[in-house]
Formats: sequence, structure tokens, C-alpha cells
Amino acid sequence: MLGFVIQRFLQAIAVMLVISVLVFVGVYGIGNPIDVVISPDATQQIREAAIRAYGFDQPLWIQYRDFLLRLLSGDFGRSFIFNMPVLELIFSRLPATLELTLAAVVGATLLGVPLGMYAGYKPDSAFARIVMTVSVLGFSVPTFWIGLVLIFAFAVQLGWLPAGGRGPTAMLFGVEWSFLTREGLTHLLLPALNLSLFKFAMMVRLARAGTREAILSDVVRFARAAGESETTILRRHVLRLIAIPIVTVFGLEFGSTLAFAVVTETIFSWPGVGKLIIDSISLLDRPVMVAYLMLVAFLFIMINFLVDIAYAALDPRLRAGAKR
Amino acid sequence: MSEVSPLARFWAEFRANRIAVVALAVVVVIVLLAVLAPLYAPQNPYDLANLMLMDARRPPGYVGSKGFTHWLGTDAQGRDLLSAILYGLRVSLQVGLAAGAVAFALGASLGALAAFMGGKIEILIMRIVDLQLSFPAILLALVLVALLGQGQWQLIAALVTAQYAYFARTAHGAATAERAKDYVAAALSTPLSSARVVFRHILPNCLPPLIVVATVQVANSIALEATLSFLGLGLPVTEPSLGMLIANGFQVLLSGRYWISIYPGVALIVLIVAINLVGDQVRDQLNPRLRR
Amino acid sequence: MSALLEIRDLATHFASATGTVKAVDGVSFDVNAGEIVGLVGESGSGKTITGFSILGLIDAPGRIVAGSIKLEGRELVGLSQGELRKLRGKRIAMVFQDPSTALNPVLSIGEQMRMALAAHESVSRAAADERARDLLARVGIPEPAKRLDAYPHQLSGGMRQRVAIAIALLNRPSLIVCDEPTTALDVSIQAQILAEMRDLARDFGTALIWISHDLATVSALASRLIVMYAGRIVEDGPIGAILRSPRHPYTRGLLDSLPSMAAPGQELRQIPGSMPSLANLPPGCAFAPRCTHADAACNAAPPERRDGERGWRCHHPLIAVPA
Repeated sequence: MLGFVIQRFLQAIAVMLVISVLVFVGVYGIGNPIDVVISPDATQQIREAAIRAYGFDQPLWIQYRDFLLRLLSGDFGRSFIFNMPVLELIFSRLPATLELTLAAVVGATLLGVPLGMYAGYKPDSAFARIVMTVSVLGFSVPTFWIGLVLIFAFAVQLGWLPAGGRGPTAMLFGVEWSFLTREGLTHLLLPALNLSLFKFAMMVRLARAGTREAILSDVVRFARAAGESETTILRRHVLRLIAIPIVTVFGLEFGSTLAFAVVTETIFSWPGVGKLIIDSISLLDRPVMVAYLMLVAFLFIMINFLVDIAYAALDPRLRAGAKR
Repeated sequence: MSEVSPLARFWAEFRANRIAVVALAVVVVIVLLAVLAPLYAPQNPYDLANLMLMDARRPPGYVGSKGFTHWLGTDAQGRDLLSAILYGLRVSLQVGLAAGAVAFALGASLGALAAFMGGKIEILIMRIVDLQLSFPAILLALVLVALLGQGQWQLIAALVTAQYAYFARTAHGAATAERAKDYVAAALSTPLSSARVVFRHILPNCLPPLIVVATVQVANSIALEATLSFLGLGLPVTEPSLGMLIANGFQVLLSGRYWISIYPGVALIVLIVAINLVGDQVRDQLNPRLRR
Repeated sequence: MSALLEIRDLATHFASATGTVKAVDGVSFDVNAGEIVGLVGESGSGKTITGFSILGLIDAPGRIVAGSIKLEGRELVGLSQGELRKLRGKRIAMVFQDPSTALNPVLSIGEQMRMALAAHESVSRAAADERARDLLARVGIPEPAKRLDAYPHQLSGGMRQRVAIAIALLNRPSLIVCDEPTTALDVSIQAQILAEMRDLARDFGTALIWISHDLATVSALASRLIVMYAGRIVEDGPIGAILRSPRHPYTRGLLDSLPSMAAPGQELRQIPGSMPSLANLPPGCAFAPRCTHADAACNAAPPERRDGERGWRCHHPLIAVPA
């Protein structure tokens, strides 16, 4: 197990290096690197001084080395727009995004898996059909439009829930959270629902397909032959059998949900990193873009790493590194 | 028994699924409506001289200053929303199809090449593809738009970058299986060039799975384009795609003017759902695992 | 004295697009307490469906359409799934063909055994583990205490099947339906398990229905044989008598195709043709199209004939054994 963890860890570092090269080439190689560090309004003199200061007259590999060293020391430069260190800026926005993403993915899983299992267990029931129709819509309809409809229905027409913002927050572990206050929770509800719909659809499909397959397997027949009840079979045999793909998707989708939060945050004016990156793209705040890319890549790789570990914990066949 | 072409057999099977037939009809009608829009649309929404500011943001059924009825209302510039949707569909379809086609060509060639060349080239190409697939398409598209700037070509480039990897992986899988077959070895033993073998022999046999990916990806490009446009990173405002129309409507949604956002959204969803339903049926028909 | 299991005119049918598949059609037999009965036939003969019918494990579109199954005098056909569930594992258990698919790959052996116990009684974890350990030892698994924490993939095929047998024996059922439990195993392991099963059945006083396509395996174990063809019983009786002088040409054909039954140097014979589709059986004897003895009489269904312990369904029984 330890060898497995170390191996995956080294792989993660290698991928991180590859991505740093890509970002370096993308931003420094293709674009004009000076744009990343100083504002486009700067005078010629300042530009030349900066070119020397940042070593843009040096060979590429030295530049890359310096770029990497700066990243490692956490120096992502300063935002032109907010005029503050980029890392600080991003970290101030990150909790909002994490809260939204977690609420969406956890909600989608807690709701989607049981409903999907039911739809797989009784595929011909009317309720299963309704669940599947909703999941088809969740797959096809673009997130941003659902967000609009939600705002129009629940905020504009019914007036039940706020249309945007994060609402009042409360402190926990030194971080501000919306879900800890009643009003904050009402602010969280619509964006989380919006963001979760696609994941919900995915979880329903996954759980349904897995359950349908499992229910016909010898494992379930054997458990029935031993007199185990259907609830036990579903809860202990089937759930454990389908847990592996679900945990995988949970992890991977957590990453893509972080990315998709861009859309939801924009619609609901949710003050997270997603809204920050959209603003910095349209305002050409390049240091923020670089930092965001590296951060998201880092989160992605961390998640992949954790999913691999969770996989090994769930599937005894993988634990010993044995091949299936 | 009788000589039935594979295409005729495919169609006969397709026809058996009523939902898929309806979906296909919807796709065809939407494409025709979009292509022929300049011939019959009540208004040319791109002709700024045609637009009256006094007609702006009127609800559905409003009779405008030009004397015709705006069945779906008007947008913030006074455009007839029905015309804007029809023209917007044109833009969405153009971008979606163009991006899909380029991603198809690029991805399929890369995938087949990787499978054919093997060795380090295969490992390099497929590693990049896998790495890319682990990142969400929207993020890649955002990055590219950020790097390249805005405009139709940049948008298509971003969509292609976000999507070619799906084709590459599918083509690689199919071509690897295909390459192991005897006829490829036979073709290679003739003096034909390798490129010819790849393009004339291997690729055509990998088409079925690629077609399935293509239908899904065209729908995805359309959705992605709409999302990018909605975020303000898509096409220029003068020729609004559906996403842009929705984004413009969003600004007045809070004041209860729902139609500017909702109707283009409905058009978008009908198109995407219809393409996906057709794609589902094509996938079921081409998937050998579902056949007995 | 009534038998442990009494099956009368059992019919299990499957609705399909091409018509009703009569997988089991009018099957009757008894199993006495502690007896080992072999149920043989080709795949599709209905032997496995008969086994599943006894446990009430027929999934849609299948259904028991007629007949009666009495266990210890109690009628099982028509019982609710809840009542059947209480009997399954407790009074009747089942062992499957492939232990690598029957055991849950992601649960430990101990957990699976505890679940099978907990289905019928509430026992403490310690007591459950105690019983699981005892049974694993009884079915010949070395170091049973260690195996409780093992996962199926860590055991060999033979060990896995022993675990499955231990789970079947866990609640001391009076009958175990064994569906080709040795087919997926190596030949040397097969022989071991056969011998162990015979001893276990005797020690526990458990009756076995041993379903197999392999007459040789069954003859090493069973005291009585039932031969099925196309959903019906074609011959039954004490195993020695059937092996010496089969009455039904189909049984003869099965025997002739066995290497162990043939004289050295004698060519093995195959039964020509294959089993007809169960969706449209010929009106008379289902075996007639493949039978060298068939004539016009075979177009009518052959009645069941009995002679003491033996029974057969054939218009032209092989009373005199050909040399």
C-alpha cells in the first residue's frame, strides 16, 4: 500500500511539472511574457527595466527554472486589478468556491445514488421513469440556462430565495462559511442546486447502470439463496459493488465541478475563484490567470491522487497491487 | 437474402425507434430553419439600421413600429427575438459543426497515427490526450480564449482543443484493434505508403465509433459555445449567438423580462436534446456489445 | 413417511418475444432426508431452473406456472418472497457453479458469512465469527481464523467453493441444491470436493440435489439419478441400475459419450443433433428427432412408466441392454 501511494505521488509530481511547462510555454512562450508581470499601460522604460529584472533576456530554460522557483516559493506576482499578491487574492476567494462545490457534489451524490439505485432496482416503475427523465434533462440542458430559470422562478416570480451573493457568513476553522447562518444557507441553496444538477444526472445514471448489472449477478443470487433480505442486499452487497465507480466519478467530478463553478458563480454573483477568473480574463489580469491555472491543475492532480488511494481502499483486489 | 445496402439496413433499424425519428426530424427542421432564415425571417437582426430603440424589450405579441408582430418579443436593442433566435441558431450550428469537423479530423488522424506508429510517438500522443481528458472541456476552452483573445476563429480553436481528445482516444482504441487484423498487414506488405494505409484502410474502419462521438461532440460544442458566449468570452456582440442572446436577457431577467433569456434557451435546448437523442440511437445501433 | 422434498408437476415458464419457453414442464420427484440425488442433463435441459424453482429464485420474465413443491410437508409454491426468504439459507441452501462470481469480491469472507448468519438470527459478532470459523474448518479450510479477514481473490478456486459450501451449511439446512459446484474447478480439486461433500452431507444429515451435466461426477456421489431432457424427466432410478442398464435412449447416449464408461479402444459416441428450442417443442417425445429408435409412435407424448424404483418416459425403452 505504501509503495502504491509513493508511486502515485511521484506520478502526480511529474504531471504537475508537465503542466508547469505547458503553462510556461502557453503564457511565456506564445504570449508576450512581459504582459504577465506588468500592466499593459506601463511606459517603455518601465518595460525594459522589468524585462531585465525578470530575466526575460535570459535563455528559455533559465527563465523556466526561475518561473518554477517562483511558483514553488508561492510567488505568483501581483494582480493588476486588485493590486495585491495573487495567491492571497485567490485564497481569499477559494472557500466560497469550495463551499459551493462541496454542497453541489455531496448533495448530488446523496440524492443521486439512492435514486439511481432505485431506478436500477425497479427500472419499469413510474418513479424510476421520472428520475431518468430528470437525469436526461440534467445532462442535456446547459447549466447556465438552468441557473437563469431557477433565478427567474424562485427569486423573481416566487421571491422565496435570494438571486445572488453569498449572504452573511460565520467563522469556522478560521474560514467564512455561508451554510452556518440561516440566511447564508438560503443564498447557497439555488447555486448549489444549479451546479449539482449535472452531477446528479451523472450519479443517477452511474448508480442505475451499476445496480442493474449487480442485481443480475451471481453475487446477488447467492445472497438471496442465503436468505438475505433485499434491503441488506442493496445496502451492503450492491452499494459496495458500485461504490468504486461512484467514488471515482465523485472525485473526478469534484474537479470538473470546481471548473464549472465558473458558470454558476457568474450567474449567481457568488464571490468565488470562478467569478474571479472570468473577471481577470475579460480584464486581462494575466498573473491571476496563471495562478488560477496552476491552482486548478494542482487541485485536479491532488484529487486524482486521492481517488486512486480511495480506490485501493475500496477494492481489496487493488490493495496488494494485484492485477485484475 | 436480398441485396440490402448497409445504409438501408441502418435506416430501417433507426426508423424502429420513434423517439429517435422525431428527434431527427426536429434536427433537420431546425437546420433548415436556420439555413433558410434570411429568406423568411421577419427581420435581419444584424442590420443595425433596421433596429428601433423604441421597440426594445417589448413582450411577446407586441406590434412594432415597423408594423409587424414580434411573436417572441424584442431584445434590448429592439431586435425581433424570433429573427434573432433564427440567426443565432445559424451561428451556433456553424460554430458547433465547424469545431466538430475540425476536432474530428484532427483527433481521428492523431489517434490513428498513434495506433499505427506505436512506440514513443504513441505514448507521447496518448499521454497528452489522457492528460487533457482529465481536465474539463470548459476549463480548456476558457484558457484558450484567455490566451488567444476573442473572435470566431479563436472560439473554434478553443472548442477544437477542448474536444479533439475524445476523437483521438476513440480512434486510437478502434485503430489499435483494427491494426491487429490481417488485412492491414496485407496492405502494409504492398508498396503502398504508410499514410495511405492509415487514411484509406484503417480510418474508414474506425468510423462507426467516431460517428457516435461526433454526434455527442457537436451537441457539446454548441452547448460549450453558448456557455462561453454567455460568460462574455464568445463571439462579438454584433452577431449574437444563442448564448449571447441569453446573456443579454439575463441582465433584465431580474425585472421580470423573461422572454429575452428564456426563448433562445428553449431553442438551444430543443436542438441539443434532439441531437443527443439521435446520437443515443446511433450509438445503440453501432455498439456491437448491444447486438446479439 | 413423507419425503423431505416432494415436487409434483412443476412447470416453470419464461415469457419471451418468440413465445413461451417451457424451461421446466411437468417435473415430479422426491428427495428423502439425507439423500444425495443427481440431476443431470445438457445445458438447457431445465435442471438449473428446477433448482432455482425450489428456492423460489425465478426472476421475471420467468414464473412457476403450475405444480407443487413441498419441503418438510410445507407448500412453497405461492409463498410470499418474505416467507421464502426466511426458508432460504435456513432450510434450503444453494451452492453455485462459479465461486469466483458468487462471492462478493469487495467484502471479506468473514463479513459475508456474518451477513448470511444475520439473515436468520441475531448473533453477536464474536459468536458469529466463532461459528464461521468452525464451519470453515469443517469444509477443509486451513487456518480458518485468518481466512475470515481474507477477500475472495486471495483464495484459490477450490478454497472459494469451500467458502461457498460453508455459507450454505451455516444454518444447517435440510437440503442444499448444488448447481454444478465442481465444474469450474481443476479435476484434482473436483475429486477432493466431491468426497468432502459426501462426508459433510452425511455428518450434517443434509440432503443434496447435485445438478450436473457430467454423469461421471454424479455417479461418484449420488445414490439416485434423475435425467432431464428439454424440461422433462426422461428417466430416474437408483444410480447403479441406470448405469448398468439405461432404459431411455437419451441416457444411453449420455453414457456412451463418457470416456470412463467406454471400453478401452472403443470409440466415443456423440448424440447427433442438438436440443430443440424450448419455445417450440415437437408435440411428442422431445428427443425423437435425435433418436435412432424413433418411429411414428414417438409423435405422441410418451407416458411415464414405473417399475419399482425406476421410471422412464419412452415408447421404445431399452429393456435389454445391447452388448
